[in-house]
Amino acid sequence: MNTYHATVTITLRKGILDVQGKTVEHALHASSFSTLTDVRIGKHVEMTVTAASEEEARAHVDAGCKALIANPIIEDYSITLHAMEAA
Amino acid sequence: MNYGIVVFPGSNCDHDALTAAQRSGGNARYLFHKETSIPSDIDCIILPGGFSFGDYLRCGAIARFSPLMREVVTFANKGGLVIGICNGFQILTESGLLPGVLLRNTSLSFICRDVYIRTDNTQSPFTSSLQQGQVLRIPIAHGEGNYFAEPETIRRLEDEGRVAFRYCTAGGDSNDEANPNGSINNIAGILNERGNVLGMMPHPERYADKALGCDDGMAIFQSIANAMRIAMPL
Repeated sequence: MNTYHATVTITLRKGILDVQGKTVEHALHASSFSTLTDVRIGKHVEMTVTAASEEEARAHVDAGCKALIANPIIEDYSITLHAMEAA
Repeated sequence: MNYGIVVFPGSNCDHDALTAAQRSGGNARYLFHKETSIPSDIDCIILPGGFSFGDYLRCGAIARFSPLMREVVTFANKGGLVIGICNGFQILTESGLLPGVLLRNTSLSFICRDVYIRTDNTQSPFTSSLQQGQVLRIPIAHGEGNYFAEPETIRRLEDEGRVAFRYCTAGGDSNDEANPNGSINNIAGILNERGNVLGMMPHPERYADKALGCDDGMAIFQSIANAMRIAMPL
C-alpha cells in the first residue's frame, strides 16, 4: 500500500452568491486594491490517504467529499494528490 | 403523545424543546445522539437548535453521522413525525430528509430577534391547528438561515404547498423587507413530500410560555398533539 497526501479545495458553486467573498472584495476595493476582483472564499482540507494506487486514493477522497467534506448542492471541490515518501 | 428530543454535543435548545413539548401536554425525554435505537413509544422526534459538533465543516454536517440520526431517517421514512428547529433544520437538509441547504445570512451577521412568519400550509401535523395565513411572532437566532435550493426544487416545494412558513410583516405580507436572511421566497420552514418532517429556522419552543413575552410557538406543539389525537384516538 502507498500513502498519499491529499488536498481538497472547496468553493461555493458558480452562481451561488458568495457574500463573504463579496464583502472581502468590497473591503479590498475600499483599500485601493481595485485590481483584485471576483473574490471567492473557500475551504482547504488536507489528509493522508492509504491506497494501492493514485487512482484508488483519488476515488477514496472523492467518495469522502461526496459523503461529507463538500455539499454538492452548493459547493464544488477539487482534489490534488502527492505520493508521500515511505517512512 | 411521546416526544424524543435528540441531544447532540453542542445542542442548546434541547431544554426549551422539552419544556414546550411538556407544556403542550406531551411526555418528553432526551435521546442521546450515540444511542442506536429510538424507543418504540416515541411519536415525534425533535432535533433541537444549537451548534451541533461546533458547526464544524458545515452546520449540521457532522450530526448527520451520529448513530441515532440513522434511526431518525428510518423513523421518518416510516412516517414518524420529525421536527428540526434551527440547527435541527440544518441537520435535516444535510441528512437528505429535506431538500436544499441553509447558507450564510446575506448580511453575514448572526441574527437574534423576533420575526413574523406566515402559515402557508395547514395540512401538516405540525400546522393543523393554525389558520391559513395565520401570522406568528417567533424568535430567530442563526448565522446560517438563508434557505437555498435549485430552482426546480423551489418550484416543486411551491407547487406542492410544502412551504409551511414564510417570513412576513406583522400584517402577513411576505416581502423583501420582512426577509431577515436572504432565503429564497422568504422560506422559513418546509415540509417533506409526505408532510411528516418539518424543518424551520425560527424557534417556536422559545415562545411557548406567556411568561417569556409570547406563546405563539405553542400553536405548533398543539397542532402536533391534536394530529396525534386524531391518528390515535383514546
